[in-house]
Amino acid sequence: MIEKELVIVGAGPAGLCAARIAAEAGCRVLLIDRSPLLGGQLIKQTHKFFGSEQQRAKTRGFRIAEALVADLKPFGDTVEIWQEATVVGAYPDSVLTVWTNGEYRKIHFQSLILAVGAGERSLAFENNDLPGVYGAGAVQTLMNVYGVLPGKEVVMIGSGNIGLIVCYQLIQAGAVVKALVEAAPKIGGYKVHASKLRRLGVPILTRTTVVRALGDSAVKGVVLSGLDENWNPIPGTESEIACDAVCVAVGLSPLYQLAWMLGAEIPYVGELGGMVPLLDENRQTTVSGVFAAGDASGVEEASSAMVGGRLAGLHAARFLGHLHPDHTAIDTECRAQLSSLRGGPFGAKIRAGLKKAEVKVHAR
Amino acid sequence: MNPEKIFLCRCEDVTLKQVRDLLDQGYTSPEEIKRILRIGMGPCQGKTCGLLLQQEIARYLKKRPEEIPLPHARPLVAGVPLEAIAEAADDER
Repeated sequence: MIEKELVIVGAGPAGLCAARIAAEAGCRVLLIDRSPLLGGQLIKQTHKFFGSEQQRAKTRGFRIAEALVADLKPFGDTVEIWQEATVVGAYPDSVLTVWTNGEYRKIHFQSLILAVGAGERSLAFENNDLPGVYGAGAVQTLMNVYGVLPGKEVVMIGSGNIGLIVCYQLIQAGAVVKALVEAAPKIGGYKVHASKLRRLGVPILTRTTVVRALGDSAVKGVVLSGLDENWNPIPGTESEIACDAVCVAVGLSPLYQLAWMLGAEIPYVGELGGMVPLLDENRQTTVSGVFAAGDASGVEEASSAMVGGRLAGLHAARFLGHLHPDHTAIDTECRAQLSSLRGGPFGAKIRAGLKKAEVKVHAR
Repeated sequence: MNPEKIFLCRCEDVTLKQVRDLLDQGYTSPEEIKRILRIGMGPCQGKTCGLLLQQEIARYLKKRPEEIPLPHARPLVAGVPLEAIAEAADDER
């Protein structure tokens, strides 16, 4: 059994920021990530981010990941990083099991931050097991991390920001986006992204869904159908589009498995994407010493994941008896940033969801 | 749409038809359906199909998805060779 003071699972924007602030406070940190590159989903984001300077806006996502990793450099003595290491189990007696480099390791932690992120939702349609049906995350990984174009002619399903941005990235990489399909009457993401696609001539088909992928051994096309107000396909509205890839971008859902195994309360909150741990104002779950941040506690954007990660790191440190020298100032600043990030009409859904996932517990 | 061609669980090749047949027989909990069809027991451990199954059960029972529990999460969430687990156990003796 390996003894660790603070373990952070997931080295995306939330986990990296949590590690930095906890190390500043004096914690000994073990940061674990399953991938060979640190930064979580940021490593696939080739576009520049919106928002304010505090969340490194106007910087490309993968550059933000590099900067967050560089921020940990001064703490080489106290922040240990395991890459290509998957936390495969969590147990209520504060134990994690990790699969890494052919080795199965057990860790006992004093405090834990779950920054495990979210998984992609999938879609049930005919022949959805054909090669050429991808999730948007896989398309981004292939294209932006490994330089592999997943298809020459792509139909995108889902018009949230991920769907819109991946369409644009596909076009940048030389693919043709034959259509962007959205089941709702309106696009889900920012208009600025959708406008860019329209200017490039991408047809945006709302109230439409994919009912079937065509092809025997690989995707050769899709059949689309119009939807009525109850989301049911309208007979007689089917149309066919030739393509060699279908990209499914229908949203993300928090990864709740480790929180569940630890015995944390994890209600289903639709606005946050699925099952999320109940959190107190300091991001502590209903299990003492276990905190959560980033998409794992509700699907938002990288900016709020970074700030939420800082808060979780700050409070996990305090839980361990390491009060950050600037605790109050950082705490206040983070909360102000989060309110501002979640302000406005686009934040309304998140605000409603967070109310449901909030538990009033007095700070320890 | 042909439910025999719609895969809810790609790891274990479970189709919508198989799930609907079980629902018709009265198996309406994710745990029962998992035990019979192995849905969610493949390499991704239900990360992809869990929500689709939840939706399908909800639709059948005319409930909201959140009223249907997701399959129970248990260690391990990814495949680990038994050899590695045995070696780790030896080290602790």
